[in-house]
Amino acid sequence: MILLVEQLLNGLQLGITLFLMSAGLTLVFGIMQVINLAHGSFYMIGAYVGATVAAATGSFILALAGALGAAGVAGMAVEILVLRQLYKRDHLDQVLATFGLIFFFNEMTRIIWGKQPLFMDIPTWLKGNIELLPGLIYPVYRLAVIVVGAVVALLLWYLFSRTRLGMQIRAGASNRDMVSALGVNIKLLYTLVFGLGTLLAGLAGVMAGPIFAVESGMGESILILTFVVIVIGGIGSVRGAVVGALLVGLVDTLGRAFLPTLFRTFLSSSYADSVGASLASMSIYIVMAAVLIWKPRGLFPSHH
Amino acid sequence: MAGGVRKTVLIAGGGLFFCLLPWAAHYFGEQYLVSLFTRILIYSLAAVSLDLLIGYGGLISLGHAAFVGIGGYVTAIFFQHSFEAEPLAGIIPGSENALLVWPLAVIVAAAFAFLIGSLSLRTSGMHFIMITLAFAQMLYYFAVGLEKYGGDDGLSLYSRNQLVGMDLANDVHFYFVCLFFLSLFLLISDRLVKSRFGLVLRGAASSSRRIHALGIHGRRYKLICFIIGGAGAGLAGALLANQTEYVSPGLLHWTMSGELMVMVLLGGLGSLFGPVLGAAVYLLLEETLAMYTEHWMVYLGPILIVVVLFAKRGLFGLLTHRD
Repeated sequence: MILLVEQLLNGLQLGITLFLMSAGLTLVFGIMQVINLAHGSFYMIGAYVGATVAAATGSFILALAGALGAAGVAGMAVEILVLRQLYKRDHLDQVLATFGLIFFFNEMTRIIWGKQPLFMDIPTWLKGNIELLPGLIYPVYRLAVIVVGAVVALLLWYLFSRTRLGMQIRAGASNRDMVSALGVNIKLLYTLVFGLGTLLAGLAGVMAGPIFAVESGMGESILILTFVVIVIGGIGSVRGAVVGALLVGLVDTLGRAFLPTLFRTFLSSSYADSVGASLASMSIYIVMAAVLIWKPRGLFPSHH
Repeated sequence: MAGGVRKTVLIAGGGLFFCLLPWAAHYFGEQYLVSLFTRILIYSLAAVSLDLLIGYGGLISLGHAAFVGIGGYVTAIFFQHSFEAEPLAGIIPGSENALLVWPLAVIVAAAFAFLIGSLSLRTSGMHFIMITLAFAQMLYYFAVGLEKYGGDDGLSLYSRNQLVGMDLANDVHFYFVCLFFLSLFLLISDRLVKSRFGLVLRGAASSSRRIHALGIHGRRYKLICFIIGGAGAGLAGALLANQTEYVSPGLLHWTMSGELMVMVLLGGLGSLFGPVLGAAVYLLLEETLAMYTEHWMVYLGPILIVVVLFAKRGLFGLLTHRD
């Protein structure tokens, strides 16, 4: 029971990270109709800049600020220099150009930071464990990640449904030309939305820094999971991103934790471990295939 | 010179070049060129099969490496069972006979293409890209989990397959076998896209609604195209396993799918012969840049973006069109 709650929290934490990644990506998909393979690169940039600032200053808050700033600015620069040329192109061109961006960013980090992975310490004020329930001891840092993610989700909801900027963004998604004719600077709006998306990816990256190793190419493994989230949730839907991220986070974590044990009840233990582990890493793709057979446009298809 | 004539000259020249290459390599004493160009031939085969999907079926698959990997793994697994004289699943004997294993690799890859294609073709556009990607990643993790066949480390073959009348261990022999299969696949594909099937396929790619209105089941044509592409990639995988005498999950990784896509675009989308040029240029560029700097990807990335933005028809288009 304690183990189950602990794994549920771990799943929630992975889900939150995936949500931060997929919120930005789904906006870019939904609003600009652009497929961006390089979204994972901004996660990586966030993690690298965060780890570097943390190592230099010892302050986690500064690391956070640096990572968000770097990922946001890099995102806006990429939007202006490359993505803007691709809005009118077909998806194939977008895939290839952003694939080129991945090459560039991965190799750039290798040139700047070297091949060795960086490690980032948990700040002292978030170190240690907390006893949530009798017998359930959970790291404070992971709990903090969950809280930050939940707060960001609320802020995003507020931004989109309660502010003028959010209204313009939603309008821009349904009819770009009309919004432009009504005097909204749509180019600037797109750059801002893209920057917001990459900033969230940077946030996910810097928060993942103390949990995983910071290394070149780290963005790609999470990018694929993010795609699965978006396909499950429905492209362009932030609500779908929330549901999809939590679903993928939980299925993946619980599968890894419990499938081998489950198989051990009726298979020899070494065989059960390998079958369980391999089925666990495939589980989210199986969920995705199932969702698609049932609803080809995802759980919450956006309307346009 | 008209476009058609240029195209013929280019293809004939390319064919002649590939035929004469082993002698040239021998003459200049650069034997490694034979194995480098064997690699180019095999990647070309995979790229041409992807071009059938993207360039003619309008199916932007980002999971084509899955079929290359399946072909490779079928070859390697049968080799392993033959080598250890232990029947597969207790009943099927392993084999090192190319005439048996290679068709099998093609059939298994085609069967997977049928499965993945039937599911993925329920969607289109951006969904299709991401779903093919996800299925390929699923198979990638499956390969990583195959402890019996090396898991993460991959599986070594101790020699190449046996082919009657040929000595595949001889690099020149193997080179011509690869050249034969590439030419055969090009020929079949060329006939195919010029047939009624090809016309319907292109029609369905540009407007599935109109094709539907003509009373034709467009999705079925796309599925067949997806299967043929998967079969071609499976053959490329079997050849690649033979060339390197090694398979690993890396064959199925999505960066491999991306690289194949780059080769197709670099050479020229929907031109069949273009991807051969694309594969050659990509692999030679990689080889050359890697000689000068270990950070060659930093240059390759921007080159790619520039090609996407400014050279829409690819190298083959640049060479055969005049405007």
